[in-house]
Amino acid sequence: MLKTELLVVGAGPAGLAAAIEAKKGGVKDLLLVDLNMRPGGQLFKQIHKFFGSKAHRAGIRGIDIGTQMLEEAKELGIDIWLNTACVGLFDDKIACLEKGQPDGSTKIVYVQPEKIILATGGQENVVRFKGWTTPGVMGAGAAQTMINVNRVQPGQKIVMLGTGNVGLIVSYQLMQAGCEVVALVEAAPKIGGYGVHASKISRAGVPIFTKHTIKEVKGNGPNGRVSEVVIVELDEKWNPIEGTEKTFEADTVTLAAGLKPVSDLVKLQDIELVFNGPFGGWVPTHTRDMESTCPGIYVAGDTTGVEEANTALEEGRLAGISAAQSLGYMKDADAEALKDEIWDRLAGLRMGPFGEKRAVAKKELMDAFPEVARG
Amino acid sequence: MAIADVGYISKQELIDAKQDISDERYAKGPVAVIECVQEIPCNPCEGACRFGAITIGEPITNLPKINEAACTGCGVCVAQCPGLAIFIVNKAYSDTEATVAFPYEYVPIPKEGEEWEGVNRKGEVLCKAKIVKVMNPKSFDRTPVVTVAIPKEFADEVRSVKRK
Repeated sequence: MLKTELLVVGAGPAGLAAAIEAKKGGVKDLLLVDLNMRPGGQLFKQIHKFFGSKAHRAGIRGIDIGTQMLEEAKELGIDIWLNTACVGLFDDKIACLEKGQPDGSTKIVYVQPEKIILATGGQENVVRFKGWTTPGVMGAGAAQTMINVNRVQPGQKIVMLGTGNVGLIVSYQLMQAGCEVVALVEAAPKIGGYGVHASKISRAGVPIFTKHTIKEVKGNGPNGRVSEVVIVELDEKWNPIEGTEKTFEADTVTLAAGLKPVSDLVKLQDIELVFNGPFGGWVPTHTRDMESTCPGIYVAGDTTGVEEANTALEEGRLAGISAAQSLGYMKDADAEALKDEIWDRLAGLRMGPFGEKRAVAKKELMDAFPEVARG
Repeated sequence: MAIADVGYISKQELIDAKQDISDERYAKGPVAVIECVQEIPCNPCEGACRFGAITIGEPITNLPKINEAACTGCGVCVAQCPGLAIFIVNKAYSDTEATVAFPYEYVPIPKEGEEWEGVNRKGEVLCKAKIVKVMNPKSFDRTPVVTVAIPKEFADEVRSVKRK
């Protein structure tokens, strides 16, 4: 069995940041795995300039942050296994990896690291309505991958369901890719994402229907593809109001109805989970060091509550530093000083009308950490 | 109606956020108009201005404030704003026309001399818009900034263009 000091599962913003910080902190033997063909997670789909502060590389496009991080990882000599899924996590920190081979096959490899960081990210929620399985109905994330990674238009005329930042940003990027966005539909009374993102949609003349949802998608297009989308207004109790239907011609429907944490691996260990609404569901409680209730297993990024890339990067850094510290590579004072700085920056990201809820959610999640497990 | 209800900003929201520009300052020439009225964690504009005319400070969720006396209307902040929420408005351009500069991240990029349609915050066509300048240097990082000349009365309204 392969031995290593640190295994990082997931090479998105959290996992990459964790591996980079751990390596910088002195960890010699480190393995980073990701089930995708390339590392970077969502960063390579994010062609927009990031928000945040200078410390968060604000103003730089996600795709360029991803490139910078991969270069840094390469310079540090971080070993990344791609096409590799962590399919099992057993007692004594034994991880089962399905390692991708150059010929496309996979090989099972067991690894026993001293510490593990789980940064497995999030997963899009599905919305069910009449016709939701019609070809042409897809997650907003899939549409974003098609245009920004694979340079393929998912369709010509698109209806977006959801106006959180994902719905707004992906709508804008679909227009940049030459698609026509017909309308945005939002069940809540208000637009969920940032006003500045909504402004870009409005300036392009695209209507945003709040208090509306999709009633039905008709599949009379070529090969049964989406042909029409019927939306309907909702009353105060979110019930459809009969007679308020509007029909749009469209060939694609993209769903941006939030994400939930991917917690398959944390569930394989006796890691304590807490239900947290704003964070998207069941999430592992953790310490200030991002350590879960299973000693030596750390969590970071959307796995610990769905937020955004900047918070994922910061949490990844915390986990990487903590792992390096607990492996004896960093002096406690140095590690603590770095972590203090990161927690300050995280506080900044969880402020204001959009961030406060997440600050409260994070506190609740961490307060739920059982004293017994604190060691 | 507020931006979170309709998806575009109202004049009142700009006044409430203290982001409206005085008539005296407009009379002096180009000035940055920041249309960012929600407290979000973001501050690249503050660092972008070498004249120190934009302040956010701590916490990072403070709304940006423009010091209209210090602003030269140079436009460097426009492409730096991740929210594409800064515009340069010059109401002193000529007797009859004003110019508005805005970020434009679509292809085709307008070319100087072309005539497009000036649209407001809702995307409604208001007037003809003559493209007078297109800046797209490397430092703007693929956010071209387009300046259009429009009839003066639309200077507070036109915020983008649409191809004819």
